[in-house]
Amino acid sequence: MSGKTEASKTIRQLIFVVVGMFGFGFAMVPLYDVLCDVTGFNGKTAGKYTAKEVQDVREDRLVTIQFLASNNANMPWEFRPKVRTMKVHPGKLNTVEFYARNITGETMVAQAVPSVTPFHAAEFLHKTECFCFEQQQLEAREDLDMPLRFIIDSQIPEAVKTVTLSYTLYDVTEQFGLATN
Amino acid sequence: MSAVIEEHHHDGHHHGPDKGIMRWVFTTNHKDIGTLYLWFSFLMFLTGGVLALGIRAELFQPGLQIIQPEIFNQLTTMHGLIMVFGAVMPAFVGLANWLIPMMIGAPDMALPRMNNYSFWILPFAFGMLLSTFFMEGGAPNYGWTFYAPLSTDYAPPSVTFFIFAVHMMGISSIMGSINVVVTILNMRAPGMTLMKMPLFVWTWFITAYLLIAVMPVLAGVVTMMLMDIHFGTAFFNAGGGGDPVLFQHVFWFFGHPEVYIMILPAFGVVSAIIPTFARKRLFGYDSMVYATASIAFLSFIVWAHHMFTVGIPLAGELYFMYATMLIAVPTGVKVFNWVATMWQGAMTFETPMLFAIAFVILFTIGGLSGLMLAIVPADFQYHDTYFVVAHFHYVLVPGSVFSIMAAVYYWIPKWTGNMYDETLGKTHFWLSFIGVNVTFFPQHFIGLAGMPRRIPDYALQFADWNMVSSCGAFLFGFSQLLFLFIVIKCIRGGKKATDQVWEGAHGLEWTIPSPAPYHTFTTPPTSMKEAHG
Amino acid sequence: MNRVMQMWQAGLSLLLCSNVALADWSALNMRQGVTEISQRVYDLHMLIFYICCAIGVLVFGVMIISMLMHRKSLGVTPATFHEDTRVEVAWTVIPIIILLVMAVPATSTLRDMYESSDSDLDIEVRGYQWKWQYTYLNEDPAEEIQFMSALKTPRNEIQNLEAKGEHYLLDVDNPLVIPINKRVRFLVTSQDTIHSFWVPDFAVKRDAIPGFIHESWAVVEEPGVYRGQCAELCGKDHGFMPIVVHAVEQADYDLWIAEKQAEAKEVFNTVGKTWSKDELMVKGEEVYLQHCAACHQPNGQGIPPAFPSLVGQGIAVGPMSGHIDILLNGQAGTAMQAFGQQLNPAEIAAVITYERNAWGNDMNDMVQPKEINTMMASE
Repeated sequence: MSGKTEASKTIRQLIFVVVGMFGFGFAMVPLYDVLCDVTGFNGKTAGKYTAKEVQDVREDRLVTIQFLASNNANMPWEFRPKVRTMKVHPGKLNTVEFYARNITGETMVAQAVPSVTPFHAAEFLHKTECFCFEQQQLEAREDLDMPLRFIIDSQIPEAVKTVTLSYTLYDVTEQFGLATN
Repeated sequence: MSAVIEEHHHDGHHHGPDKGIMRWVFTTNHKDIGTLYLWFSFLMFLTGGVLALGIRAELFQPGLQIIQPEIFNQLTTMHGLIMVFGAVMPAFVGLANWLIPMMIGAPDMALPRMNNYSFWILPFAFGMLLSTFFMEGGAPNYGWTFYAPLSTDYAPPSVTFFIFAVHMMGISSIMGSINVVVTILNMRAPGMTLMKMPLFVWTWFITAYLLIAVMPVLAGVVTMMLMDIHFGTAFFNAGGGGDPVLFQHVFWFFGHPEVYIMILPAFGVVSAIIPTFARKRLFGYDSMVYATASIAFLSFIVWAHHMFTVGIPLAGELYFMYATMLIAVPTGVKVFNWVATMWQGAMTFETPMLFAIAFVILFTIGGLSGLMLAIVPADFQYHDTYFVVAHFHYVLVPGSVFSIMAAVYYWIPKWTGNMYDETLGKTHFWLSFIGVNVTFFPQHFIGLAGMPRRIPDYALQFADWNMVSSCGAFLFGFSQLLFLFIVIKCIRGGKKATDQVWEGAHGLEWTIPSPAPYHTFTTPPTSMKEAHG
Repeated sequence: MNRVMQMWQAGLSLLLCSNVALADWSALNMRQGVTEISQRVYDLHMLIFYICCAIGVLVFGVMIISMLMHRKSLGVTPATFHEDTRVEVAWTVIPIIILLVMAVPATSTLRDMYESSDSDLDIEVRGYQWKWQYTYLNEDPAEEIQFMSALKTPRNEIQNLEAKGEHYLLDVDNPLVIPINKRVRFLVTSQDTIHSFWVPDFAVKRDAIPGFIHESWAVVEEPGVYRGQCAELCGKDHGFMPIVVHAVEQADYDLWIAEKQAEAKEVFNTVGKTWSKDELMVKGEEVYLQHCAACHQPNGQGIPPAFPSLVGQGIAVGPMSGHIDILLNGQAGTAMQAFGQQLNPAEIAAVITYERNAWGNDMNDMVQPKEINTMMASE
């Protein structure tokens, strides 16, 4: 009966839509990341910066960069920037250090997660070396000076005067396990 | 349990409905399934209402009197979940089941057995959801919007059952919607073109597409939650490279169309009732269809207006503001069309009409507060306050719920063969109308004055209007017991209804006897003269 | 049930013969606030509101007239029109125009809210369950001030055992103090769940998202005390973590800063001295009620299983080292926070001593702030 095959066709199409939309929900995850990477919309910074060419240093401009450090939930480590603010010339490579100390009696692994405000500054902050690229393992009571090397892109808009870079430290001992060496 | 009279004679393989409980367990008849959905949703409405009364009782005065904060968060969460997924949505599905086949001249829904499954999933899903109250750690307590990480890292153990229940409800909705679309596309009587269908069928047609598109996204987001909680992923956890705001984007991508899913069928109901009692054709049928379709389309691209304070860049905020404001246009068109239908009609004000007119007025108030909420700078002061609570309760209670009540009063004579008691009906209407306004209008004030949402206790300057609101809530709540009485009384007997029931009624469902026979339109209708168009 | 009835009676009679100034029907509208932005937001709100009122009056007016005049009982015959293209176009186009009118001031106000320029003062605002932490950023870390700000309203008022004070639920132990006429930048983040930092008088509301930093700003034009609340459900005590900001003249602000810095030095000193058990118990009870009682309850019995009892069981009567560890480092996977980051060594030593000796625990031991300090500082 043609009614039945018509119906089957419609049903097949609709089930396809259902499955497709379920997949779309999951596809939103990488889509969101891509969009954020490209636009810097949620203040997430990109990965390691490999400079293709040396940038011109803008001697005529100074941008203030502020460093914040905080711990998530039950992460007990001491964690702070050694310097709170710096005034830098866009285009120039700078180095700054963060101090971390595992104050507990057990070995732990931490992950630092960066976030930048204002958003539109995120894509102009390039990190050539950052402790946030990897997990950091510290023995009991061990401490560490962690370097961050970055360039503020010389093309950063004039309107941006201050960039705030905040790191949140997470305890990822369970997820990553302890490295033996 | 409607005592439907056996209408036809034995012709070999048709018997009437089975007797006893097994009839209801195994039925594939759209009328029975519609009845099941409607009773289930009424039960859920009363359950969700009891939770609301618990909330309003605690908020009657400042201080914690009856309910501690951790329980309060469970009440608000479960009230929202039960009303959205257990009361409003199933009620509209019940109406769809009862009415769509009759309105398009079809003998039943396209997939009757799947229809049965769609219903019976729900009692299991909600039984499981309600049982979380008795689990260790309690019921879900993270708001019906269950943002991460509150609903992932900080959730009670029952969250897994919550996720399972959501999946079940989603499957039920998706199956039901597929059924609706296939039925409408394939089973319309000859001569009933799409642009001759009653508007209730159109609105459900569009609603079904919305459901098919977004319920899977809800399934996706709760699956991601499940994975974050149990399988070590980090969709919503910044520590693992994820983002809590991603949750909000995916949730509201579902959530915004969801609220239109909860109102479009209401528009259809009101578009059936007003012309009947104004004795005048619906004004602007074509633009009503286009407006509904525009609203549905726009509903997909405005989701972030629920997220104006999370820190979206300027361009994003502006876009979502403009897109949201735009929805006011087709919505306004619909309101104007209803008013134009009333204008120069010859109106009578039976109970369905009272509810329908109250819908137009009060839903418009809710829509206007929605327009205020769309304005981003002002929204910074409204967001997560009682102003939002007032807005959505206006569109959902005197909006969706009133339309459901209007539908029940309007069509129950067709379902049961008996007229309901008109005096009691009007009484129920006025008690509800007063109750709903006393409850929710003051919430605009306290929201503007600065009272946040989802708090069990509040500063003293909010005390007086909270007390008023709580009084209204108890009035409204207890009035629904009158509704229950009216419905049961009507089922058991009353003035006999004619086929047409209402003088101004048009549509195929009014050409068949009241009560509607167990099987209708086993042969398609020959004339489209009575079909609405 | 009896107690509930008693409370209802008490409440009702208090209300009926009330000479307490509870009656305040003036809570009707948004406030104008004390910044230029908050004023513009208020004006925008009122503009949109009036337009909506006008639309409402028009539409409902037509409906009411129709309901009065176009009734069957008056013997009218219904008209037969059911479409009119011109009218339909008109009521599509006119709303669009109205929306455009609304969009212009809305856009301009929003642009100005998003404008970022140099700030005079930066404050990091961290949301915790269920309190705030403020850090006044300074180029020289030694000059920085950091403190927790938690609800000060006594539990007795919340549990209706005492009359409620004027700023019930809107009072904190350590308010934020900022200078007027200076651009203050709030850098908002969270330790745990999503919170939201909202001060209505500034029209500042910014969600605090764990792992992310967001900014907002305000230039307060009038000195005064401004109270706000957390505006995103964050768990049990979401309604109990207010924000209080004192906006003061620059001179007063400078004085306050100096005071806070001196306090910090003093704490540093008190850590060095030896405390008596009585001193520890007194301080400990104060700290306990302020920071621990929300979860573990004033009587120590907690709300198991999420918030364990401390009375005669568990950590408080176990080894001292374990007790110190859990207080400093928290307990992963639970709501127990790492208080080593929120409280100073004197507060920690005091509250541990208190917990071990109160409620009949009677462990008869105690720990000195300097011991805690040693554990928190390097070995």
